[in-house]
Amino acid sequence: MSEKWYQKTAHEIRDAVRGGKVSALEVTESHLGRIAEVDSKVKAYVDVWNDAARAQAQAVDARIKAGEDVGPLAGVPIGLKDVFCTKLGTTTCCSKILKGYRSPFDGTAVERLANAGAVFLGKLNMDEFAMGSSTENSSIHTTRNPWNLDCVPGGSSGGSAAAVAADECAIALGSDTGGSIRQPAACVGCVGLKPTYGRISRYGLVAFASSLDQIGPFTKDVEDCAIALNIMCGRDPKDSTSANLPVPDFTKALTTDVAGLRIGLPKEYFTDALNAEMRDKVMAAVAVLEKEGARVVEVTLPHTDYAIAVYYIICTAEASSNLARFDGVRYATRAADAKTTMDMYTRTKTDGYGPEVRRRIMLGTYVLSSGYYDAYYLKAQKVRSLIRRDFTEAFEKCDVILTPTSPTPAFKIGEKAANPLDMYLSDIYTISVNLAGIPGLSMPCGLTASGLPAGLQIIGKPFDEETILRTAYAYEQKRGFEMGTPTAVK
Amino acid sequence: MKYEPVIGMEVHVELSTKSKVFCGCSTNFHAPANTNVCPVCLGMPGVLPVINKRAIEMSVAVGLALNCTISRWSKMDRKNYFYPDLAKNYQISQYDLPLCANGYIDIKSNGATKRIGITRAHLEEDTARNTHTIGGGESGVDFNRCGVTLLEIVTEPDIHGADEAFAYLTELKQLLRYLDVSDCNMEEGSLRAEANISIRPAGTTPFGTKTEVKNVASFSGIQKAIEFEIARQSKLLDEGGTVVQETRGWDADRGITFSQRAKESAHDYRYFPDPDLVPIVVDEAWEKAIRESLPELPQARRARFESEFGLSAYDAGVLTGEKPMADYYEAVVRMGCQPKQAANWITVELQALLTEHKQELTDSKVTHEHMAGMLKLIEDGTISGKIAKDLLAGMFESGKAPKVLVEEKGLVQISDTSAIEAVAREILAANPGPVADFRGGKEKAFGFLVGQLMKATKGKANPQLANEVLKRVLGEAE
Repeated sequence: MSEKWYQKTAHEIRDAVRGGKVSALEVTESHLGRIAEVDSKVKAYVDVWNDAARAQAQAVDARIKAGEDVGPLAGVPIGLKDVFCTKLGTTTCCSKILKGYRSPFDGTAVERLANAGAVFLGKLNMDEFAMGSSTENSSIHTTRNPWNLDCVPGGSSGGSAAAVAADECAIALGSDTGGSIRQPAACVGCVGLKPTYGRISRYGLVAFASSLDQIGPFTKDVEDCAIALNIMCGRDPKDSTSANLPVPDFTKALTTDVAGLRIGLPKEYFTDALNAEMRDKVMAAVAVLEKEGARVVEVTLPHTDYAIAVYYIICTAEASSNLARFDGVRYATRAADAKTTMDMYTRTKTDGYGPEVRRRIMLGTYVLSSGYYDAYYLKAQKVRSLIRRDFTEAFEKCDVILTPTSPTPAFKIGEKAANPLDMYLSDIYTISVNLAGIPGLSMPCGLTASGLPAGLQIIGKPFDEETILRTAYAYEQKRGFEMGTPTAVK
Repeated sequence: MKYEPVIGMEVHVELSTKSKVFCGCSTNFHAPANTNVCPVCLGMPGVLPVINKRAIEMSVAVGLALNCTISRWSKMDRKNYFYPDLAKNYQISQYDLPLCANGYIDIKSNGATKRIGITRAHLEEDTARNTHTIGGGESGVDFNRCGVTLLEIVTEPDIHGADEAFAYLTELKQLLRYLDVSDCNMEEGSLRAEANISIRPAGTTPFGTKTEVKNVASFSGIQKAIEFEIARQSKLLDEGGTVVQETRGWDADRGITFSQRAKESAHDYRYFPDPDLVPIVVDEAWEKAIRESLPELPQARRARFESEFGLSAYDAGVLTGEKPMADYYEAVVRMGCQPKQAANWITVELQALLTEHKQELTDSKVTHEHMAGMLKLIEDGTISGKIAKDLLAGMFESGKAPKVLVEEKGLVQISDTSAIEAVAREILAANPGPVADFRGGKEKAFGFLVGQLMKATKGKANPQLANEVLKRVLGEAE
């Protein structure tokens, strides 16, 4: 094989497949070969669908041969976080409690990608039920950072991020409840977008916290991100919370014209708590955009300090209810010698969930309990409104907000596993975006001295992914460096 | 001591939406177990509920008919508890913002009209049905019912006796049937009623401790259960005991209530707004459209039947009991029939045939056109009432038009005086004994002779003429 197709972007693959330069099968084989080569180190996948992937690729090739228009993702190999319901393979959320579970349906986003000609390669690792920032909470294994195998890839969509960074798929799908797309994208140095809440149907996404969960893509570049959005966004009658708004052609936003663009820098994010190296990288990125004509304004998000507390009340409350269905009646291995129904529930759940999931279910149950609801859940919802208002007011002064994605680069495996609160702080810059329901993108803005990627977060107004993409594209085109292949998988 | 019972009712009604409240599955009650199911109502991972618009419309219609205020803005909440009949281990229901609130319904009890306050009516999903093998060992869950549209209607504690509770349920059921939102079949569980019962010394205001009676299969069962509870609680208090707050079942065979489980309020349902569903907004225009689509409600129709058709309160009540009956009656009268006569024939003769053949009016072969046709034949003297009874039986059986049957069977009434007179003379000649009796002053013998005349004419003689002619002929010979 002369060309390393696995290194190509989705749009390059699509053009080559549509143009007859390469078959979808060859591209898929190239990626499957890459997975065989590096995944024993990276451990991004929890299930590789070798045969099914080839069959999908052959089907795409057959359609091309028959003269059909295969779609904007013709032959593009895609990996799916194990949180997406798929008829192929299992859907386990990397939890023991769903081990072996096979979904009878494909979710809406997956279905739309398939209709666009995508080839699914398999399921990717994640923190159990998307609860975590490192994939260390996966019941299967921990994924490694392709830049340094001793470091985490971030989480919860760590498998998705690592797979894209290590060239094990062209696009990966993830979900983001408090930063689970953007933080791992920052850790491994790829592009990850959490769209506006309601942009992409959640049907087929196993729920963690329904009012915060959003699906989004991991890509090698900004153009691929726009292409993936074009396919997945839009109203879905199966999801009442999906927005009934027209979907623009996001690729039209890909210009380098940022003259007059107002960049907001929230003063609450650039404090002493921020790692100096990360700050420098972000400010360098801001300087690149300023050089292209963007203006910087200081903005304030006064309720930032409350975001993590609010988040861990709301997301755990919703999770405690969403996960109730995994009870041993229809899912999970039922405790065989349980004496009563309650005994069966208790033992199934105790055996089936890892410690972080158990912790969050208990927290959530507590904050919804009679006598505590007003003090916790209701209060948190009120503060959530204030956080949302912070952004509304900030966006009166600017068009996008730029921040670091994460306060530090990827940390070592095991470094924060013993201290959940420390782990929760990994998402300090991403969580508010979910609470406000607005879109946010992370893209690499350089490497630290220790050789780990730094992430730049670009936050936009509700349903204004276009301005985010324009800013990201301009920076990507003008930043003057390529991230290249991660060192540990070269 | 003399006690006053205080009763509040909770009624769960399965609304007859074609599909379930949050998915497209059929609500057919008679389908084999676990065939009306999909990933959504089975609560599989990754699914989302989408609310059935018709369910909202039906609920609002009930709310309006119950004089409720309709919430412009309401929401669905999750009621969290673990039970194998709940696919998700939470039920999607409404907590603090029900769709309908603060209404009332007027009932008739012991001849007086009484107003029962409706606290709220809220939308929710039904649960699955658990079944267990006799003696335990195996349990099964049928999810066909899981997700069926349910409306819970809660009254104020305005009911003060078992008969009032019965009247309330009867009135409510009639209303729901008129609105065509539920078949209200208690045996199939599409209407389930629970009573919260407490007593207090007559003339005092604080509430006593209540018990909740559940799982009763009929209105009369509920009436009996309430009577039993009132007596049980009164006896307890009279003997210096206390009432325990609990849920009680009803043993219809033994006619007693029995303790099922203690204190419902021990549950903490951890209600919170369901983030998978958007708020329900019923704007003025939608509410108006639903209001305008409401049929004439039973109480109004009853009053109109009395005033417009001159019916007795009793007849009007019977005719408006079920909407199809009222529609049928009205259609017959609109075809020009005499209202009182139509009422009699429908509520007595036709009803007797329906009861005898265990048939619903809507399944009957006697169309309103045929009924009207028959009544006109009576009015214009073509047939006698006696013939009409046979004719109606024939129509009921064959579905043929009255005129066709009259011709086929030669049922036309004999109104020819000379023909009747000829027969009368024959009868007198053949029955000298009774003739002598009559002439001797025994009035009874006249009846016998009329009977003979009717028999000889196979009932076709015009009864009035037969009487007149017979009297005349008997008088002549004297």
